[in-house]
Amino acid sequence: MKALVPVKRVVDANVKVQVKSDGSGIDLANVKMAVNPFCEIAVEEALRLREKGLVEEVIAVSVGPTVCQEQLRNCLALGADRAILVEAPDNLQPITIAKVLKAVHERETPGLVIFGKQSIDGDNSQTGPMFAALTGLPQGTFASQVTIEDGNCEVVREVDGGLQTVRISMPAVITTDLRLNEPRYASLPNIMKAKKKPMDVLSLEELGVEDREHIEILSVVPPPQREAGIKVESVEELVDKLRNEAKVIA
Amino acid sequence: MSILCIAEHDNQNLKPVTRVVIQAASEIGGDVALLVAGSDCRGVAEQAAAIPGISRVLLADDPQYTHHLAEPMADLVAQAGSDCSHILAAHTTTGKNFTPRVAAKLDVAQISDITGVTGEDTFQRPIYAGNAIATVRSKDPIKVISVRGTGFDAVEGEAGPAPIEDYAGGAASGDSEFVGEELGQSERPELTSAGVVISGGRGMQNGENFKLLEGIADKLGAAIGASRAAVDAGFVPNDMQVGQTGKIVAPELYIAVGISGAIQHLAGMKDSKVIVAINKDEEAPIFQVADYGLVADLFKALPEFEESL
Ligand SMILES: Cc1cc2nc3c(=O)[nH]c(=O)nc-3n(C[C@H](O)[C@H](O)[C@H](O)COP(=O)(O)OP(=O)(O)OC[C@H]3O[C@@H](n4cnc5c(N)ncnc54)[C@H](O)[C@@H]3O)c2cc1C
Ligand SMILES: Nc1ncnc2c1ncn2[C@@H]1O[C@H](COP(=O)(O)O)[C@@H](O)[C@H]1O
Repeated sequence: MKALVPVKRVVDANVKVQVKSDGSGIDLANVKMAVNPFCEIAVEEALRLREKGLVEEVIAVSVGPTVCQEQLRNCLALGADRAILVEAPDNLQPITIAKVLKAVHERETPGLVIFGKQSIDGDNSQTGPMFAALTGLPQGTFASQVTIEDGNCEVVREVDGGLQTVRISMPAVITTDLRLNEPRYASLPNIMKAKKKPMDVLSLEELGVEDREHIEILSVVPPPQREAGIKVESVEELVDKLRNEAKVIA
Repeated sequence: MSILCIAEHDNQNLKPVTRVVIQAASEIGGDVALLVAGSDCRGVAEQAAAIPGISRVLLADDPQYTHHLAEPMADLVAQAGSDCSHILAAHTTTGKNFTPRVAAKLDVAQISDITGVTGEDTFQRPIYAGNAIATVRSKDPIKVISVRGTGFDAVEGEAGPAPIEDYAGGAASGDSEFVGEELGQSERPELTSAGVVISGGRGMQNGENFKLLEGIADKLGAAIGASRAAVDAGFVPNDMQVGQTGKIVAPELYIAVGISGAIQHLAGMKDSKVIVAINKDEEAPIFQVADYGLVADLFKALPEFEESL
């Protein structure tokens, strides 16, 4: 079976972003971009399933502007077999991205679609389950362990109370959590090889998806800043401040 | 306006975050109904009926909703909310699991993790790990929204009970089933609603050393949290992770011990009222958000701290 892995290009996790002074959005000029960390975990999981012989082909797909090819090449360097870029503006809503991915899914008919649980820029946590609903597939979200057996997929999920295990029939949708695996690094020879791997480029029109505006962003502003605090010299002083100044302990 | 809120519960007790969701709904304004889906959960519906501000409780009592699996929950909520103007649930792992499915079924966007309401269609939400706050306007006929647990105060008090109506969803699909769960057992307050939280990071060195936090937590009635590094290293379980991709907390007092203060950790705690940091590195970024910083070796400071409480 094929595994399809949707990957998003985002600002690198180590960058502290700045809001544009006109309140129109985030200043992305000269900011380091990367594959969304949860998508790297998704690629890694697909590669491990291929290495176990459970998956034949790993396909990375991204929806966004031409520059997303960089992140798709990264996925190819990690070991994905081929990539698909669906060219689109970079402000599509998850509902539209899910529709685009549904159209790709119809062409590829993968047995497993592995998403990240969340993109670290928009912090939406939506696209995987939306896609699952549109395609009518069951989902195992926030996965920290995935086991495939007898045409079913058993997923251990990181939930607020601890861990929950569900069994879902395949084809299935997974979204990855942090503890699922530790992604590998791309080796130099693999980076070279990746340049020759196939990358298809599709358009929204070809896939028959319309870009409807569901949400309008009115403003983007910095969060309220905290007042600078003080350093205390000792535990004794700390306890005194908490008791008598902040009054948060008895 | 007709708003459908989804209750969060474990079939016995209503979770406090439900009252936060109802507060957000009441700020939107209009008729607010609350859906309680589960099995053998009439008791929960009765608790829910006493929350001020709701006009009725819909009770979907059916074994297929026992574990709130996304597939049956989404079918039910999309059906119950199809005539509503808004559908609101908590941005918890339960809510996040089914709300996007509901939105997709209704062919609308979802607005995730809102922290403010400025009109029936306009909401605030943090993006980029809380480093920016976006104000967004929805153009969809039905607004599917998940609400941040620390974004609103919980509705308080009790009211004359709202009527409870039985509600039936469709048949179960059977392509997903619950296998089991391992839930953390703790006598301590729940992390996301505790008044005091004390968290340990990689500086704790191992799980055994979290005992140093327990003594203090006992004295302060605190919940215990952790950084991702402490969870990844296996010191403590995943449900203790505070941060952008873990739990968001905003207690009266947050004490960060042996935590450097990465962007992703700050995202989960920087709305706390008072922040204390104990770290041996005076340059650690956590000190930039701390009201009281103590540069010290935690292994020396924690026993002294416990002693003086
Ligand atoms: C996609 C993604 C999501 C993430 N999500 C989260 C999240 O939700 N939550 C989260 O916390 N992180 C998250 N992270 C990880 C985050 O970037 C940091 O790596 C992590 O928070 C670091 O944890 P730490 O502060 O415990 O460890 P470190 O950064 O290693 O800091 C340890 C600190 O302990 C101090 N220390 C050591 N020994 C002592 C001692 N004896 N006494 C006193 N102080 C001592 C050190 O000075 C240091 O400051 C995420 C990262 C990514 C990429
Ligand atoms: N533009 C995109 N292209 C491909 N996959 C995406 C895109 N946006 C989101 N995804 C996938 O959906 C996951 C969750 O994203 P989000 O719903 O934005 O939090 C990501 O980790 C990706 O797997």
